[in-house]
Amino acid sequence: MRRYSKNFLINLYTTMLKIRICEESLVEPILEGKIKTPCHLYTGEEAIATGICASLRKEDYIFGNHRSHGHYIAKGGDLKELIAEIYCKETGCSKGRGGSMHLIYPEVGFLGSAPIVAGTISLAVGAALTSKIRGENRVTVSFFGDGATGEGVLHESLNFASLQKLPIIFVCENNLYSTHMPIKECRPNPYIFKLALPFGIKSFRIDGNNVLKVYETGKKSVELCRKGGGPIFIECVTYRLRGHVGPDDNIQGVHTDIRPKEEIEIWRKKDPIKRFERYLLKNKVISKENIEKIRKNIEKEVIEAHLFAINSPCPKKEEVMKYVFKD
Amino acid sequence: MFSRIRKLQYSLAINEALHQLMESDNSVFVIGQGVKSPWYVGNTCRGLIEKFGPKRVIDTPVSENAITGAAVGAAIAGMKPIVVHPRMDFMLFAMDPIINQAANWYYMFGGKLNVPIVIWGIINRGGEQAAQHSQALHSIFAHIPGLKVVAPSTPYDAKGLFISAVQDPNPVIYIDDRWLYKIEGEVPEDIYSVPIGKSVIRRVGKDLTIISISYMVLESLKAADYLSKDYNIEAEVIDLRTIKPLDTETIFESVKKTGRVVIVDIGWKTGGFSGEILSIISENIFNVLKSSPIRVSLPDAPAPASRILEEVYYPNYKNIVSAVSRMFNQN
Repeated sequence: MRRYSKNFLINLYTTMLKIRICEESLVEPILEGKIKTPCHLYTGEEAIATGICASLRKEDYIFGNHRSHGHYIAKGGDLKELIAEIYCKETGCSKGRGGSMHLIYPEVGFLGSAPIVAGTISLAVGAALTSKIRGENRVTVSFFGDGATGEGVLHESLNFASLQKLPIIFVCENNLYSTHMPIKECRPNPYIFKLALPFGIKSFRIDGNNVLKVYETGKKSVELCRKGGGPIFIECVTYRLRGHVGPDDNIQGVHTDIRPKEEIEIWRKKDPIKRFERYLLKNKVISKENIEKIRKNIEKEVIEAHLFAINSPCPKKEEVMKYVFKD
Repeated sequence: MFSRIRKLQYSLAINEALHQLMESDNSVFVIGQGVKSPWYVGNTCRGLIEKFGPKRVIDTPVSENAITGAAVGAAIAGMKPIVVHPRMDFMLFAMDPIINQAANWYYMFGGKLNVPIVIWGIINRGGEQAAQHSQALHSIFAHIPGLKVVAPSTPYDAKGLFISAVQDPNPVIYIDDRWLYKIEGEVPEDIYSVPIGKSVIRRVGKDLTIISISYMVLESLKAADYLSKDYNIEAEVIDLRTIKPLDTETIFESVKKTGRVVIVDIGWKTGGFSGEILSIISENIFNVLKSSPIRVSLPDAPAPASRILEEVYYPNYKNIVSAVSRMFNQN
C-alpha cells in the first residue's frame, strides 16, 4: 500500500472512471442513431488499459484493436478528439475518416488501432523492431483480444519477436468471448498464456480486473523489455460488461442470445472500478466526497467533449479523395 | 561532376540501389525470407549483410504475414523498410498487412501517419515451376487505393525506380521478374531516381501503339522489329514502368497518333490490368480508334509445369506479331 503515492492511485482510479463514463456516455447517442460508427465498448475492462499504460512512458508505443477507446484514453489521447472521431467529425483524431475502430494519437505513442482481428499485432512487432534497429529504449505494447489467438499471425509474430528479442509486450485481453463464441468453443485449452511458452517467451496470466495487479505485471514486463528481456506475454482475464458491439448486453433470451444473465451478474460483482474504489476507501486514500468530485469533473469533461463533437463540422465532401496518397 | 555510366545486370542494378539507399539513409532496412541467400533473391542483396549487419538486413523465417506486418509497423514508426517476397505467390499470405493496413493507414487516420514501405515481389516465370511459383499478381495490387505499383523492364529503371519507391512516402509494390535479372543495360553509378507514374516510349512508330510492362516489354520490342521488317508496320512501344498511378498522358498521345492499340500484359486477361488501360482509352479517346484493340496476355489458366505446355502458356513476340497482323487484316 505505502509503495504507491496517493496521487498515483487516484490517477489510476480517475483514468478508469474516465474510460467508463466515456463509454457509457455513448449509449444514448448510439440508441438515438446520432452515433453510427460501430462502437465496441470497453466497459468492464478498464483496469487493463489503465494498468498497462500507467507502466509506460509517453514515448512508448501502443497499438490497439476494434475495442480501443480505453487504450486511447489511458495512453493520454485527447478526449474531445476521441468523441469527435466517434461522431465522424473533421475535428476527430482521424479527421472523421476512421471512426471508432481507427483511433490514433501519435503525440503520446498511440500509433493506431484497427479492427482486423490480430491485424495490428505484427505492426506492433515492427514498431518494436524499429526500437531495436535504432537502439532506442522504447517499449511497444500490442493489445488484442482472446479472439486473436485463433489467427496464425499471432503465432508468427510471437516466434519472430522472440527470435529478435524485441522489446514488446503482447497483452491479451481475454474477455471470454470472441464476438458471439464462448472461449471453450474457440480453444481446446483455455489458458491462453501458455501459447507463448513454446516460443521461449515469459508469460503471465493475471486477474485483468485488478488494476494494481495489471500495473505491477506491466511494470515488471516493461523493465524486462528495457533490459533486453523481451518479449513478454500477459493474459489478462476480464469480462466485457457490455456486449460485443454497441450497448446491447448480449444476454440470453434477447436477439443477441449469447451470455447467461447469471454470468454477467457474477462479473458485475468483479467490476474493476468498484473493486478499486472499495480498496481506496478502505485504505483511506480517498473519501466518498473526493470520489464524487472526481466523477463530477469527468462527467463535465465528457459532456463538453460531446458538445465539441456535435458542434464540429463534418469532413468536406470535396475532400473525399484527400489522404489516399501523401504528396 | 558526371556520373559514370557503365553496363550492369538488372539484378546488380537493384543491388547497387540497395547499397546506396542503405548508405545514405539509416532508416532504410531490408527484411524478408532469404535476404542473405542467392537461392532466394539472386545477387540483388549481395554484400548487404556484410556491410550493414543483421540488424538492418534481416533474414526471416517463413512467416510472410507477420514479417510484412512488422515491416509495415516499422514504416508507421518512421522507418523505410524494404520487405522482399522472393516468390510473389507467397506474398498472398501478407494480403492483410499490405491491403488492409499499409494501403489504408494514411487515409483511415486522416493523414496522421504515412507508410513509407517498399513491398518487393519477384515473379519467377516459367522454369517448370508450375502454378504457385510463377504468378504475376500486379493487377490485384493496382486495384487497391493507396498502393502504387511499379514494374521496371531495364536495369536503368530497376535501380531508378527502386530509389524512387524507397523515397516515396507511400506504400509501393515493386515487381520484378527473374527473367530480367541477367539483362544488361547502361546504369549510372550515382544515386538517381526514375519518377513513379511516368511511362517511357521505348520505340517510336506511327502505325500502332504497343503498351507493355516488365518482361513483356522485351518481347514487344522484338515484335516491333519483326513488324517493321516483315510487314512494314511501325509500332510505337510504351513501357509503362508504373502500373499505378498510370501515365495516361503518354498513352493518349501515342494512341491518338496511331489509332491502334495492343496491350501486352505479363498476367492474365480477365479482370487484369490490360482491361483497365483499354477502359481508360475507351472512356477518353474512343473516337481515335481505327480498329478494335487486342490484348496479348496469359490465358486464364494456372501456370503449367510441363515445358511443352509452358510454350503455349507464355506468350512471346510471335503472339504479338500475329495479333498485330490480325488487327491489320481486319481493316
